[in-house]
Amino acid sequence: MSTPSRHALPVSIRALSKHYGTVKAVDDASLNIEAGELMTLLGPSGSGKTTLLMMIAGFSRPTQGSIRIGAEEIVHLPPHKRDIGMVFQNYALFPHMNVAGNIAYPLRIRGLGAAEREARVKRALDLVQLVGYGERRIDQLSGGQRQRIALARAIVFEPRILLMDEPLSALDKQLRETMQIEIRKLHDRLGMTTISVTHDQREALTMSNRIAVFSQGRLMQVATPDRLYARPESRFVAQFIGESHFLAVTPCARGLCYQGTDLKLAEPDKVAVVSPLLMLRPERLTLAPIGERATANDCNVFAGQVVERIFQGDSLLVTVRLGGGEMAHLRLQNRAGNAGFSPEAGTHVNVLLHRADAHIVSAEA
Amino acid sequence: MAGAIAFNTDLLARQEKRERANILRLALPASLLVLILLFVPIGWLMSLSFLGADGGLSFENYTRIWTEGAYVAIFVTTFQVSLWVTLICVLLGYPVAYTLNLLPEKISNILMLAVLIPCWTSLLVRTYAWLVLLQRRGVVNSALIDLGLIDQPLQLVHNMAGTVIGMVHIMLPFLVLPLYAAMRAIDGNLLRAAGNLGASPSRAFRDIFLPLSAPGLIAGAMLVFVMSLGFYITPVILGGGKVQMISQRIEASVSLFPTWGPASALAVVLLILTAAFLLLSWIAVRKLTPVETEAQ
Repeated sequence: MSTPSRHALPVSIRALSKHYGTVKAVDDASLNIEAGELMTLLGPSGSGKTTLLMMIAGFSRPTQGSIRIGAEEIVHLPPHKRDIGMVFQNYALFPHMNVAGNIAYPLRIRGLGAAEREARVKRALDLVQLVGYGERRIDQLSGGQRQRIALARAIVFEPRILLMDEPLSALDKQLRETMQIEIRKLHDRLGMTTISVTHDQREALTMSNRIAVFSQGRLMQVATPDRLYARPESRFVAQFIGESHFLAVTPCARGLCYQGTDLKLAEPDKVAVVSPLLMLRPERLTLAPIGERATANDCNVFAGQVVERIFQGDSLLVTVRLGGGEMAHLRLQNRAGNAGFSPEAGTHVNVLLHRADAHIVSAEA
Repeated sequence: MAGAIAFNTDLLARQEKRERANILRLALPASLLVLILLFVPIGWLMSLSFLGADGGLSFENYTRIWTEGAYVAIFVTTFQVSLWVTLICVLLGYPVAYTLNLLPEKISNILMLAVLIPCWTSLLVRTYAWLVLLQRRGVVNSALIDLGLIDQPLQLVHNMAGTVIGMVHIMLPFLVLPLYAAMRAIDGNLLRAAGNLGASPSRAFRDIFLPLSAPGLIAGAMLVFVMSLGFYITPVILGGGKVQMISQRIEASVSLFPTWGPASALAVVLLILTAAFLLLSWIAVRKLTPVETEAQ
């Protein structure tokens, strides 16, 4: 995590709800965002993440709850009194002002003098690497440049926190990946408490210090990207982030079993869940020939038969039918080292899952 | 090898020529129509205005307009009435369009019909209706007296006020329509962005909404103004002979004099004054509302 700037403030959301009649767009969400942190709200459309952002910005009135920046309660304030910067999904740049006019607008409202405005606009343009673009009209800018100008306008008045609503969704894939890293670097430099909304898991994983996953108005889990990927607390999170499929496992004497064999788990003390499922991620499974036990000491071993092998360029997608009839999908890196064991369909093999990757979620959650 | 470089160029060039000829041929009927129905009559009108009473070429029709005070007064009245109508339409129409824009599209479409339906009834009927409403013992005066707001009935017809009231009623939709379209095209997120950047709602309206709706407002206002310049029926009925506008003078000219010269000259002067006025106001508007920039 980046060092928070001296001015960075934490944001505290308590029991925040937004109901439209019987529909609960956001239902009892509580979330702490640390000073200087980049928190991403992630979820499918209609999950409530955007509603939550709009309530923080002040464009949507919550049914109940509290939003604090630092110690100050802001839930009742109109948007223009919140002192929050925001990058809009379509950037919302003012078409009748040029680039410098857009960036200087919040400064003019705050009554800053011309010289001070000019210096700050220059600094902001420098920050987003668009020095010399001040005189351009908005319609002369490319999508990526508009995105940067929107960002410059949102931070030029040194707001208490920064919000971003799907900031990269309008850009093409390549530019999006560049901007993800650029935003992350910019955030590291400014150390500003930032809340971003996206439905793109890669964007969330790349940019965020922590991610809050939403589904149907409810906050499912808040965790760092690697924690969220490796230890999802629910089936929904496991499926929404990365690829995963599941094996139904059963409680037995010493923990959990699959087809009568004890499972070696990453967190064996956390097995007391209703209807436990073992999470399988294709890239974390490996194959071994039957009878080869050398690497299997720390691994769970599932015997099976290769059903299908699909060439996908950089990887091989192999489907194996396990003893209980379930299918396990494996993604094998397509490189010379794997060429040694690349079984054809019909071959009997062992599927290996390392103890550290053996994670249990509940089918109920 | 030379043949390979010039491969098919003649054929393709011929093809292009043929296509161009086809396009010209297709455009011909419409071009002729515009020429015959638009440019020929205006040219004819202009040439008629230079015909003297004796049938010879002369500037007498123009010198008469210039020297006779009555004509100058009529032009002044015409522009005065049109400016008042335009101004009042802007003041009434902007809030109407603004309200329509705030409402959900389904409701505003229905309300838009309410703005438009009066347009479908006869102009003559609407004008006489105003005569009934505004006369000395009309509905408006009786209501004002009953409410105790006035003692004596107001003079609301057969003067400038009556003419302007009647014309505003007829012209209002022509202002609201282009203005409403311009407002609908404004991205609501721009106002949110302004609020987010610290602008109070009234500040956001002034800085963002008003300038972005200005093109629609100007288009509507110019439409109303130009149409008002040529109004005839309403000033005749509600002006009661006390408000002399240019179209009345042209009509009188045509029916009184045996020649078309004087009427044509009036029409030409009106045309030129209108064009000059629109040009000037366009320049003024561009000067007054520059794109807001920040020096770098």
